[in-house]
Amino acid sequence: MSNAARQRHSLMFRPRSYMAFAIIPQPPIVDWLSELDGSFGRSESFFAGQHVALDLSAVNLSSNAIGQLVANLEERNIRVLGIEGIDPAKWQPGLPPVLRSDRTLRTPEPVQLIAPAAPTAEAVRPPPQKQQPASLMIEDPVRSGQSVVFMEGDVTILGSVGSGAEIVAGGSIHVYGALRGRALAGATGNGRARIFCHRVEAELLAIDSYYRTAEEIDDSIRSRPAQAWLEGETLQISTMN
Amino acid sequence: MAQVLVVTSGKGGVGKTTSTAALGAALAHDGAKVVVIDFDVGLRNLDLVLGAERRVVFDLINVINGVAKLPQALIRDKRLENLHLLPASQTRDKEALTEDGVAKIIDELREKFDWIICDSPAGIERGATLAMRYADAAIIVTNPEVSSVRDSDRIIGLLDSKTAKAERGERVEKHVLITRYHSSRAARGEMLSINDVLEILSTPLLGIIPESQEVLRASNVGSPVTLNNPLSAPARAYFDAARRLKGEHVAMVVPSETRGIFNKLFSRKAA
Repeated sequence: MSNAARQRHSLMFRPRSYMAFAIIPQPPIVDWLSELDGSFGRSESFFAGQHVALDLSAVNLSSNAIGQLVANLEERNIRVLGIEGIDPAKWQPGLPPVLRSDRTLRTPEPVQLIAPAAPTAEAVRPPPQKQQPASLMIEDPVRSGQSVVFMEGDVTILGSVGSGAEIVAGGSIHVYGALRGRALAGATGNGRARIFCHRVEAELLAIDSYYRTAEEIDDSIRSRPAQAWLEGETLQISTMN
Repeated sequence: MAQVLVVTSGKGGVGKTTSTAALGAALAHDGAKVVVIDFDVGLRNLDLVLGAERRVVFDLINVINGVAKLPQALIRDKRLENLHLLPASQTRDKEALTEDGVAKIIDELREKFDWIICDSPAGIERGATLAMRYADAAIIVTNPEVSSVRDSDRIIGLLDSKTAKAERGERVEKHVLITRYHSSRAARGEMLSINDVLEILSTPLLGIIPESQEVLRASNVGSPVTLNNPLSAPARAYFDAARRLKGEHVAMVVPSETRGIFNKLFSRKAA
């Protein structure tokens, strides 16, 4: 009995996500490799211990050439965790697995790791400019009469939002306390924005100018964890859990 | 180190003036030097609750305008010699209050007193914002009902943004004082429970003052309830709150209905 339970326990799978650098070789590969050497020759440990994915969407390589490239990178202490951007048919045993992501990250420009030319004498290069995620976190409760407006992205509130307070976000709104005031998500016309809260007692919920007042929120949902999203032109609200 | 306290609420009629007088007298009773300031220019009340209305010569506005010096305007309480009142003007309007004038008075009082308690007027207008302007700590007086609690929430937001301390990036220490608490009505669900109030305001509790005839009786005779009948339930609750203000640890008691001994005997027999 207890054995069976233990065995079942050992068979658990957990999905996990990790951050990885995706490096994107450009044709011709030989030149790209020498450029890589030029840029990172002085800081060989830059990729050591990092998760690196190889994005081959910019080049068209045969299976053998991919194997060669992976070996070339390994010589430079760059361990490739997986490959993306290739036809799965090209994959051969011995190559790192093919990664698929259903979410294409739409960053306006790839983060520039390799500074254009002008390598400095210093071994330590300034860290690449980090892209600030467009989100705002508020650790205190939002009080009656206060208004939080953040058109650039998501708003996360760790406390509660008081009756008579207002949150306006260009993206989604997350409230980890009770939401008693008004929440207006997707205020820049983003119909995909959502509102999440630990306890819905809201006066008004709105996404992209479609709204519901407290009266139109079902009693069975009140005071429970809930989310709101837009389906066509209707604001939907449901409990979570 | 002098402590500047503001007693505020947003909503009117919740017991700010009563609480200012009761806490001021309780602190003075324990030996501290206390001054209470009435910021309700045009509708002053604190002088009446303290029974000092017939001795008012100069007031807060006179001091701000330079008509009188601060010591001339301070009225010493007849029962407690280290309790003082700085009355509000009944005739001027509140536009006469200026930020610099209030700052100067508070600075001068800080040198002479241990506790400076500012009795805020209702609302969020000039008088109320200036009463809280220089506070180190705030007592938010709240009745257990929704409109009072929402107004208190609004006031807490102002305390976190509009006070001199908040503008310096510091925090005004905040305490909730629940007044007019009626245990049987709370049990019947006719009032918000203590937990509901604290959950909404997410601010620590200073005390729970039960609804009582003693409060009205005391203010009618012009005496803080803590002096008029120190053994009554509201007076004891105010004394406890005053000790918590001083940093003492006093167990919180949720007031229950006072029942006569016969009542108790009777209910025990019936059960």
